[in-house]
Amino acid sequence: MIVTAQAINFIAALLLLVAFAMLSQRRIRALVNLFAVQGVLLTASTLLTASGTGQTHLYYSAALTLILKVFVLPLILHRLVRRLQLTGDVEMLINTATTMLVGIVLVIVAFNLALPISEFAGTITRGTLGIALACVLLAFLMMITRRKAVAQVIGFLSMENGLFFAATSITYGMPMVVELGIGLDVLVGTFVFGVFFFRIRETFDSLDIHHLERLRER
Amino acid sequence: MPILPFASQFLETLLAVLAAPLLIGWVNQCRAWLQNRSAPGLLQPYRVIRKLFRKESVLAQNASPLFRLTPYVVFGSMILAVSIVPLVATGLPLSPVADVIALVGLLAFARVFMALAAMDVGTAFGSLGARREMLVAALAEPALLMVFFMPSLIAQSTSLTTIVETLAHRPFALYPSLAFAAVAFVMVLLAENARIPIDNPATHLELTMIHEAMILEYSGRHLALMEWAHALKLVIYFTIGIALFLPWGIAEAGNWIAIPLAIVALAVKLAVGGAALAVLESVSVKLRIFRAPEFLATAFLLAVLGMLTHVLLGAGT
Amino acid sequence: MLGIVSFWLALGVLGLSLGRERDGVRLLYPASAIASGLVAWIAGHALFLPPASLVLPLGLPGLPFHLRLDSLSAFFLFVLGLATTGVSLFATGYFRTGATASPGLTFLQYHVFIAAMALVMLADDAYLFMVAWETMAVSSYFLVTSDHRHEAIRGAGFLYLVVAHVGAITLLLCFGVLQGFAGSYAFDAVRGVAIPPVWASVAFALALAGFGAKAGFLPLHAWLPEAHPAAPSPVSALMSGVMLKTAIYGLLRVSLDLLHTPSVAWGVSALGIGLVTALFGVMFAAVQTDMKRLLAYSSIENIGIVLAGIGLAIVFHAYGMHALAALALLAALYHCLNHAIFKSLLFVSTGAVMHATAQRSLGRLGGLIHRMPWVAWTALVGTLSIAGLPPLNGFVSEWLLLQAFLLSPELPNSYLRMLVPVATAALVLAAAFAGYVMVKFFGVVFLGQPREPSLQDAHDADRWQRAGMLFLAAWCVVLGVLPVFALRALDTVTAFLLGTGLGDALSGDWLFVTPATAERASYSPMLFLAVIVGALAAVYLFVRVRYRMRTRRGAAWDCGFPAQTPRMQDTAEGFGQPIKQIFEPFFRIERSMPDPFDTAPRYWSRTEDRLWYGLYLPVGRAVRWLSALVARLQHGRIQWYLIYSFVTLLALLVLIRV
Repeated sequence: MIVTAQAINFIAALLLLVAFAMLSQRRIRALVNLFAVQGVLLTASTLLTASGTGQTHLYYSAALTLILKVFVLPLILHRLVRRLQLTGDVEMLINTATTMLVGIVLVIVAFNLALPISEFAGTITRGTLGIALACVLLAFLMMITRRKAVAQVIGFLSMENGLFFAATSITYGMPMVVELGIGLDVLVGTFVFGVFFFRIRETFDSLDIHHLERLRER
Repeated sequence: MPILPFASQFLETLLAVLAAPLLIGWVNQCRAWLQNRSAPGLLQPYRVIRKLFRKESVLAQNASPLFRLTPYVVFGSMILAVSIVPLVATGLPLSPVADVIALVGLLAFARVFMALAAMDVGTAFGSLGARREMLVAALAEPALLMVFFMPSLIAQSTSLTTIVETLAHRPFALYPSLAFAAVAFVMVLLAENARIPIDNPATHLELTMIHEAMILEYSGRHLALMEWAHALKLVIYFTIGIALFLPWGIAEAGNWIAIPLAIVALAVKLAVGGAALAVLESVSVKLRIFRAPEFLATAFLLAVLGMLTHVLLGAGT
Repeated sequence: MLGIVSFWLALGVLGLSLGRERDGVRLLYPASAIASGLVAWIAGHALFLPPASLVLPLGLPGLPFHLRLDSLSAFFLFVLGLATTGVSLFATGYFRTGATASPGLTFLQYHVFIAAMALVMLADDAYLFMVAWETMAVSSYFLVTSDHRHEAIRGAGFLYLVVAHVGAITLLLCFGVLQGFAGSYAFDAVRGVAIPPVWASVAFALALAGFGAKAGFLPLHAWLPEAHPAAPSPVSALMSGVMLKTAIYGLLRVSLDLLHTPSVAWGVSALGIGLVTALFGVMFAAVQTDMKRLLAYSSIENIGIVLAGIGLAIVFHAYGMHALAALALLAALYHCLNHAIFKSLLFVSTGAVMHATAQRSLGRLGGLIHRMPWVAWTALVGTLSIAGLPPLNGFVSEWLLLQAFLLSPELPNSYLRMLVPVATAALVLAAAFAGYVMVKFFGVVFLGQPREPSLQDAHDADRWQRAGMLFLAAWCVVLGVLPVFALRALDTVTAFLLGTGLGDALSGDWLFVTPATAERASYSPMLFLAVIVGALAAVYLFVRVRYRMRTRRGAAWDCGFPAQTPRMQDTAEGFGQPIKQIFEPFFRIERSMPDPFDTAPRYWSRTEDRLWYGLYLPVGRAVRWLSALVARLQHGRIQWYLIYSFVTLLALLVLIRV
């Protein structure tokens, strides 16, 4: 039990590490790969929780995570990147160091917010709620600081990862129906985004989101 | 006063000093293989150093005594540093002289002398190298200290001997903070040893060099000492990394039987580490100098984050 | 032991009486230095003695001057004595030529200044404290403006005076609060009463602001980099080295001695302000192009570190963790002592450089190690100390402070525990950048090639100057290599302030500093130095015996670049450039880039403090606006003034009636 908890803590820390790596990463392709790594970590932590607590439905959600977040979504994203010919650096609005500094502040905030909630949780992994919350906030931060729309989608997906992790760590996962629903939503959402990107590019010849500013009403 | 620990200390230091160029040779060999070049011999760094020692030293017209003193100061500091780090055994007589903070201070001491010597002749490249080196150091040094603080918090001590004994001999436990520390440490190691994302040890291209620009004016025996000290520095960083993150197999204080095994373990770890370094260097590209602060700031902030997770998760479990 | 009091007063009088004579004034400085040495010696003994007090029949009726010498004041007197010994020795040589308008007047002001600082530390009632405090401010104002023919120096002096008085007002209010509860201005009475927490916090905040104005805490720092460089170098040394410490002394006196119920919030605010101040100071020091301004900003950094140590000590103290509080306070006090010595050393060395070259801009110096070896090598000791490098003294105090930080996860409050890694990171960052700054300082001034041809004629320091600098440099080494003795002495101060010192932890081996236990942490600068020197000598001998030491002098290599001119070296601007680039948002930078086709291109850039524009100028404008409003009342017509008085009189009468 102790070893499981320690291992989950360790994976939580790695998730945070990956979240920060995403925050400081400039290349889209590396971003997609990091997203896949996040999926792997999530699968591992879900499996560990499942074996540690004997909650069988967690095995299914682990399998779902593995298929969806490690294989399907990264593949779609890679295809998208290739089709849209997005190579090279993504411009960032703020420099890396400042972004990371803000990220650290977010981590502190997240832990402080999570502290009272995790007191009530009876799970073995309650210490990780703060990290899950931090992952959500960091993904949000990443969406804010990027210029290219694809990065925003990855940020959105990684936000969902954070939520999923929070759910497993505090209540041993959501009901199966909800999880399936979310999984499907994410998949469909990615397709919609994909279509959307092509439309954006056709209209503006670029995926730079500041072009969207022109869409407002005068 | 028992003679055995002192003899052991002396031999250990001597061994490290003599074997230091071997590591450089090994890394260079691995790099050559990875890049499909035919590799220079493993002993090439020794040949270079011997050649340099035999040559006469050419000093610039306006080199001050500080310039001539520096190679000796740097080399002396590295000798002290290598005798503080536990290589094959802990609890050696010199280890209480300096803890991890003092060790960082010692490396900084050597570096400041090098930077000052680089500015001494007053050439454009020398001062450029000094400025860049100090900039890299100003960000890498705090990152290194923060990396050290995580095991220090775990072991409740800043003494390397206590840290290593705590980490190596306690029941197995995963420390999330050490993951952050390890990543940050590798980044610092690359930066501080003039390795590829920050500096290229194999170049004399004027505008990109850092370390080479600093020792540009040295020749003969002074250069030999500088190169040797540089090799020692790499050994020091490697052994620090081994002591913090892979301490298993090190001999405890007074356990003389375990020492041969510990030497073998160390050699294997160094060989693997050197090969890993060569791989890492071959797959990454050198950063523009203006990106270097970002790279190092990332290392620093990762280390800060690691310390935070230690404090936070440590409270949770 | 009480002789120290009258002794210092006598010294002040000595300065007064002989200061008018122009001849022989110079020879009085060594006498003054001997006196300072005596002060340090007596104060060093007084550290171990119980507090002694004395009431002088001077001052206001019903409120005579109270004097008291306890461990705290003895320590700061020791700092004062040690620094002034070196500086006065140096001043003998420095004021030899007509550097200032009238040497006699300068001598008088110099001694009034020193005597006032000593009195601040000895005062045991608020009234004498404020009198001494103001005397110190005013005398140093005159010293700052001793070269008053320059407009910039007059401006710096005015700014200094304004901030000093704003600080003095807050201090008056602070003592007012204390008096309100104690019923007396004597510190002894204040010590005896329990002040309600809210008012105690108010008093602490006022003290922090008031002493902060003198010490240069953010955001009350703006005067410091203007005023310290403007003064003659020995005075800059005293202002940076000692006067800032009087503010630290005052803060400690009020927060830990007079108010004996510290709260965590005080500590956290002091810690925060201290760290921000330290980072700010070091960042700005890195981009300076004037060597004395660089040192002044570096003083801001060091004072920030001291304040952070005090803040940490207060936090620990409030939680009842006495050993840790003692450790943090010990680190802060030791840093005070160290800073007094190495900053004095560096300021007097800039004095020697200015004396020899008449230059203070880093862009016009360089290569002085050849012309001024004495100054250069002693300054190197100071540079290494201030950069916090072992085995010198600056490292010891930073090491102790880091140890205190590393022990703080034992704090009971989880929010504080989270702030500690961040605070440690800030401290470490400030310390590392200090190394950058000091390499820039020493490298640009003393190394390389001279940037101006006139530097070839620079002369080395004279005998007195050398003596002063050697004295300070020797203390840097002694305090660095043998810290245990100094720490044992300092422990009496922490025991006095906190009730418990480190005690046993320091009583072990004199070779090793062990703040807690030997397993936890140990550091032995003596062995450290011995091993480095031993290894160095062994390698030197080996190389010498094994290989013949053939050496040839030739032109610099520099990648074979043929035409080398001194202008190709990095300038101070160039050295600060990376810092500007990384921390760009914090500076207010104005640049002018030359046109690519310009045949005589000129590049300039000016880096300024955002706070000056964001805080000081708006306040200045507000004051001007208010005074313009008040000025409307002034017509110059007697009738109107009479009407004002009449209306006031009526209003008062009505008020009394009601």
